[in-house]
Amino acid sequence: MAADTTATAPAPAPGITEVADRQTAFVPVQTRSGRFTSTSVDDFEAVTGLEFEWKFAPLARVKHLTEAALDGSPVEVHSAEVEGATVGWIDRADARIGSAGTPEERASANAWSSFEKALHIRVTGEEASEVVVRRDSFGEAARSAHVVIEAAPNSRGTVILEQTGEANLSENVEIVVGEGAQLTVVTVQEWDDSARHLSSHFATIGRDANLRHVIVSLGGEVVRVNPAFHLVEQGASVDSFGLYFADAGQYFEQRPYIDHVAANTRSRVNYKGALQGKGAHTVWVGDVLIGPHADGTDSYEQNRNLVLSEGTRADSIPNLEIETGNIVGAGHASSTGRFDDEQLFYLQSRGISEEEARRLVVRGFLAEIISQIGSASLETRLGEAIEAELLRAQAGE
Amino acid sequence: MSVLKIEDLQVSVETEQGTKQILRGVDLTVGEGETHAIMGPNGSGKSTLAYAIAGHPKYHVEGGSVTLDGVEMLDKTVDERARAGLFLAMQYPVEIPGVSVSNFLRTAKTAIDGEAPAIRGWIKDLDSSMTALRMDKSFRERNVNEGFSGGEKKRNEILQLELLKPKFAVLDETDSGLDVDALKIVSEGVNRAKENTGLGILLITHYNRILRYVKPDFVHVFVAGRVAEQGGPELAVRLENEGYDRFLESSNVG
Ligand SMILES: Nc1ncnc2c1ncn2[C@@H]1O[C@H](COP(=O)(O)OP(=O)(O)OP(=O)(O)O)[C@@H](O)[C@H]1O
Ligand SMILES: [Mg+2]
Repeated sequence: MAADTTATAPAPAPGITEVADRQTAFVPVQTRSGRFTSTSVDDFEAVTGLEFEWKFAPLARVKHLTEAALDGSPVEVHSAEVEGATVGWIDRADARIGSAGTPEERASANAWSSFEKALHIRVTGEEASEVVVRRDSFGEAARSAHVVIEAAPNSRGTVILEQTGEANLSENVEIVVGEGAQLTVVTVQEWDDSARHLSSHFATIGRDANLRHVIVSLGGEVVRVNPAFHLVEQGASVDSFGLYFADAGQYFEQRPYIDHVAANTRSRVNYKGALQGKGAHTVWVGDVLIGPHADGTDSYEQNRNLVLSEGTRADSIPNLEIETGNIVGAGHASSTGRFDDEQLFYLQSRGISEEEARRLVVRGFLAEIISQIGSASLETRLGEAIEAELLRAQAGE
Repeated sequence: MSVLKIEDLQVSVETEQGTKQILRGVDLTVGEGETHAIMGPNGSGKSTLAYAIAGHPKYHVEGGSVTLDGVEMLDKTVDERARAGLFLAMQYPVEIPGVSVSNFLRTAKTAIDGEAPAIRGWIKDLDSSMTALRMDKSFRERNVNEGFSGGEKKRNEILQLELLKPKFAVLDETDSGLDVDALKIVSEGVNRAKENTGLGILLITHYNRILRYVKPDFVHVFVAGRVAEQGGPELAVRLENEGYDRFLESSNVG
């Protein structure tokens, strides 16, 4: 890609990165683990927009989710029964609530303070199972929700959360991956055009367990999914993937936070985004914290954005803090670029029209992430959804 | 009889130092089934000629024409030229991440023919061309040119040549970087295309060795952006032995 700004460890100037509009963004140096956390909304100051957490978001469109009373009653979900997994509701007083993390910002705490019941998805089978939970009935009212996903020790499974329809939602998703378990969690945002969705994911990953986590954001007006992964025991690993396609006026944000707590833990972060249309704005902030006891950490994070038209903005900020000297590797790469003219020329010189060549290149660019999902039907469907996005975007050109 | 006719072609590129004239009036006519070798020193404009024929946006046509059976190609987009029957095997084929060879080939074939190929026949053609070019089946699922060796990239170009069946092909140093076996395999592919479809070829090369397998009807010496001399196959042998000094003295390059 043109204008490729790739860097590997050791980082250049800490906390400085190039963004699409060629300005330089400063990340305040802060120890992520030292950030204030609370489950109670009143413990947080009112949001002003100056906070780093809110710096990029169009606050006027989501501020109410940080302060207004949210309807925390359960909203119907759809899921087929599968062997090796259960889907149900648990009470907010249930001991399993709060086992994976605590809110770091006000919208998350506001949701935590107000939800009534949590959706509980539990994977127990040792044969890989796939649970699809469709959520399409949130509607326009300001709501909160809470989800707990648990993988029993040594279990294997895939949990797919599919979001469509209207939403005006702040929520928390807890993910607990038991010892030796291999869990895939995919969250797909295909909301209606006016939907607003702020979501915090908190995951703890146990000894020798692996979490594969995939965020796919294609639809909605403001969609933010910020996952925090705590590698709390030896041998824990996480593969954090993201794919987003922002059209005119859409704002998609994701801030994966990898917290290497225990020794010999491994993380891979790979997010790819495409932006097309005036006002399309995406934000990726990748925080990696390698704690004082995380000897033998192996970590790499990257974010790549493909800019398809004028008037878009992609912010991409990798941020690495290392508190132990004894690691295997820690690297990062971030790039924002336009179409590679040579790729387009090659395809066109084989008779393929410019429009189709562009679609092929974008699909190819995003395919790396799609192919990580591991659910054939979802992979096919997302491929088609992206094709449809591209056709729509091209028709609107 | 198809004819590709290049007349007084003048091409420039934008450089940091300003516009740079590269092709200074190229005249060449290639008839159906003919093979024309183009040889010339580095930087003389051979690739520029190839790219200009294919329509690469970096190269600006200042004058002249390129017609295929009387139809002007220079007014057409890159993909239109390909659909009209032109093909360029590139000196440095680009990688296309995330696009598999089989998807790419099927998409290209569909675009060229104006309809999707019948599945059965297509798979059969693909299989037999790949087998003939000694390309393992696993290449179908690999991304276009990604991680291919130099020689594999060149075979992939010839695979496309065989499957897309153009009327005229420009082969830009398809022989460079090939070992003896690969050179034979690739040459056989070119000859098959010639035999099966009456392909006309502009073969750009520095070496005589490919011309032992792909026999040229004409050899053109390309110097400083134009054809300085033409002759038969014997000219290639002479060029390989004597170099280009004879032409460079009289033409003041750079
Ligand atoms: N984009 C460009 N910017 C600047 N100069 C260019 C550009 N493209 C080509 N040129 C110049 O034009 C001249 C002709 O280049 P071209 O690649 O056509 O040569 P060639 O005959 O194919 O050489 P070779 O045998 O090395 O492949 C060279 O001097 C080259 O540096
Ligand atoms: Mg060349």
